[in-house]
Amino acid sequence: MKTKLLTALLLGTSIFGTTGMALAEDVTLNIESWRGDDLTIWKDKLIPAFEAKNPGIKVVFAPSAPTEYDAALGAKLAAGSAGDLITCRPFDKSLELFKKGNLADLTTLPGMENFSPVAKSAWQTDDGKSSFCVPMASVIHGFIYNKDAFDKLGLKVPTTRDEFFAVLDKIKADGTYIPMAMGTKDLWEAATMGYQNIGPNYWKGEEGRAALIKGEQKLTDKDWVAPYEELAKWKPYLGDGFEAQTYPDSQNLFTLGRAAIYPAGSWEIGLFNTQAQFKMGAFPPPVEKAGDTCYISDHTDIGMGLNAASKHSEEAKKFLSWVASPDFATIYANALPGFFSLNSSPVKMEDPLAQEFVSWRGKCKSTIRSTYQILSRGTPNLENETWVESANVINGTDTPEAAAKKLQDGLDSWYKPAK
Amino acid sequence: MDTETMAAETRAKRPIRWHVGVFLAPAVLVYTAFMILPLFGTLQLSLFRNIEQSQVFVGFGNFRTLFGDPNWSVNFWNALRNNVWFFIIHMLVQNPIGILLAALLSSPRLRFTAFYRTAIFVPTILSFVIVGFAWKLILSPIWGVAPHLMDFVGLKSFFTPWLGKEQYALTALSLVSVWQFVGIPMMLIYAALLSIPDEVIEAAECDGVTGMAQFWKIKLPLILPSIGIISILTFVGNFNAFDLIYTAQGALAGPNYSTDILGTFLYRAFFGFQLQVGDPNMGAAIATIMFLIILAGVCVYLFLVQTRLRRYQF
Repeated sequence: MKTKLLTALLLGTSIFGTTGMALAEDVTLNIESWRGDDLTIWKDKLIPAFEAKNPGIKVVFAPSAPTEYDAALGAKLAAGSAGDLITCRPFDKSLELFKKGNLADLTTLPGMENFSPVAKSAWQTDDGKSSFCVPMASVIHGFIYNKDAFDKLGLKVPTTRDEFFAVLDKIKADGTYIPMAMGTKDLWEAATMGYQNIGPNYWKGEEGRAALIKGEQKLTDKDWVAPYEELAKWKPYLGDGFEAQTYPDSQNLFTLGRAAIYPAGSWEIGLFNTQAQFKMGAFPPPVEKAGDTCYISDHTDIGMGLNAASKHSEEAKKFLSWVASPDFATIYANALPGFFSLNSSPVKMEDPLAQEFVSWRGKCKSTIRSTYQILSRGTPNLENETWVESANVINGTDTPEAAAKKLQDGLDSWYKPAK
Repeated sequence: MDTETMAAETRAKRPIRWHVGVFLAPAVLVYTAFMILPLFGTLQLSLFRNIEQSQVFVGFGNFRTLFGDPNWSVNFWNALRNNVWFFIIHMLVQNPIGILLAALLSSPRLRFTAFYRTAIFVPTILSFVIVGFAWKLILSPIWGVAPHLMDFVGLKSFFTPWLGKEQYALTALSLVSVWQFVGIPMMLIYAALLSIPDEVIEAAECDGVTGMAQFWKIKLPLILPSIGIISILTFVGNFNAFDLIYTAQGALAGPNYSTDILGTFLYRAFFGFQLQVGDPNMGAAIATIMFLIILAGVCVYLFLVQTRLRRYQF
């Protein structure tokens, strides 16, 4: 009671006090992030928008390099010099910070009700009871294609798998374009743009993912091996020497107009818009038969949490509530086409390619990458092994069945699903 | 009384030589702080395990996991095997070529010696990152010069994306590393060859030992100690290697772990990678094993090889 009265009094003084005093008492909030690319967006758009509505709070966006972020953040948290607001990696990395007491519980934060359970799942305890980061954005997988090339060859956007392979055959027969720009050198392309891209259509998105976590399905089941069988069929449509083709190679092959289809994540949109000289379109992973329910990987990728040791947690919470608001979502999604807001209220976006991607949310069911929640906690690490095996399957050094068996055996060695 | 004066005299004659300690101190302190203490820190770390957010002593538990749990041991033996192959390539290619180059450079009839010497040595001082990226580009099947050059001489059919093939990637990278470091054995051997006294060579010539025979019978035995040093440097360098693989193939050392060496294996275990959370204790256990391997190699050299080499020294 007493403290409440005191706060009320203090609030009163700050409201009725002179503006000069309020300025002198400005609170500065620091944001820790790995998104150095977004520095200008934060500085020019997001922070001014917030500061205009919340006088007395100053916000500083202080990013570090992506590869150093986790280590640097850990050291800063231990030393007590970390910023008030912490950009959250999805799943275990943030969960670990929460368990150590570095991140504050945000379950009751005003604004959290704007997010669906799938959106929040990346920053919750396993039982889903407490949330510790505000979801900011997700990335959607699909295929980006060269519209000019499709027009020239008279191709229609494929919706079923048969059509998809027919299109690839035609591009290959014509010979002007490499049918598909993807390499296996960097491994993750094969897993993320390949397996996790087309997979949800086979394992029925969340249904299969949840069953896998519960132990009701195995990676050796038909639905989980089938995406590998399709990946193995991609091999003849990839460019010459795809085994040594890196991720930037693939990006360049596509934006230079040498390849027709690019298995993509929506984060490419910003870069491709500035680099590609031709019209682009996108289509979701093709389904088996026309009219089948489609599933897309709408992967929660970035969130923001509150440093439990922050001296200005009230102000920081105010900021986080704003991050959870539709206002923030609109500015963010438009400034960064391809990073889609997870807010339940629809966001209006200008970019046509981004609109195409986000429109799939309406007709398809969303899921997240199958290996990210819970299943990548042990040794061997399922996500890393999926990278390696996806590349092996496309390279032809492992059969789909052998790859699936290796993954399941690795998982079985440490993961005991809760009964 | 006598003894006292004598003692005083010796003390006066041989004052405590403070300067020795003073001059040694910086090196000893820096080396202790940055090499010896961390080394023992690592050894200590490898005996603990993080259970419920606290460090618990587990004895040799981490080592039992490393060798007994197939999830770790398969990767470990794979990394060790690859590392041995990496070393073999260096011993069979880098060092003989280094000796050959040194022999050619020391030949008095060769012109532009200084130029060749510098040109061959330059890659050694380049950063691993530059070497890794440069060779990745050279060998790239899409933009690389290698396929074009091979096409030029009609060998296009022999080109494959080496860095992306399981059976070639490690050998290709070993050869890149050889290219980078061939300057070091060359320089050491070159210096050794120059330091052979002229009298020895002249005596050999008087006895009719010239040309190739002179190299095999006179010069090679005299530079054997240098070759021993080079071998041990190569051994230590190779079993500590990490940078080139990391920059060229990434921390997962693909394809299918075919280029995984102890350094990259240690990196993944210690710092984690992507969703894999780092485990400093297992990492320290791997680092300890690497230390023991290198220690064993150096001991073999010191006690078995070097003692036998001594008789050739002047």
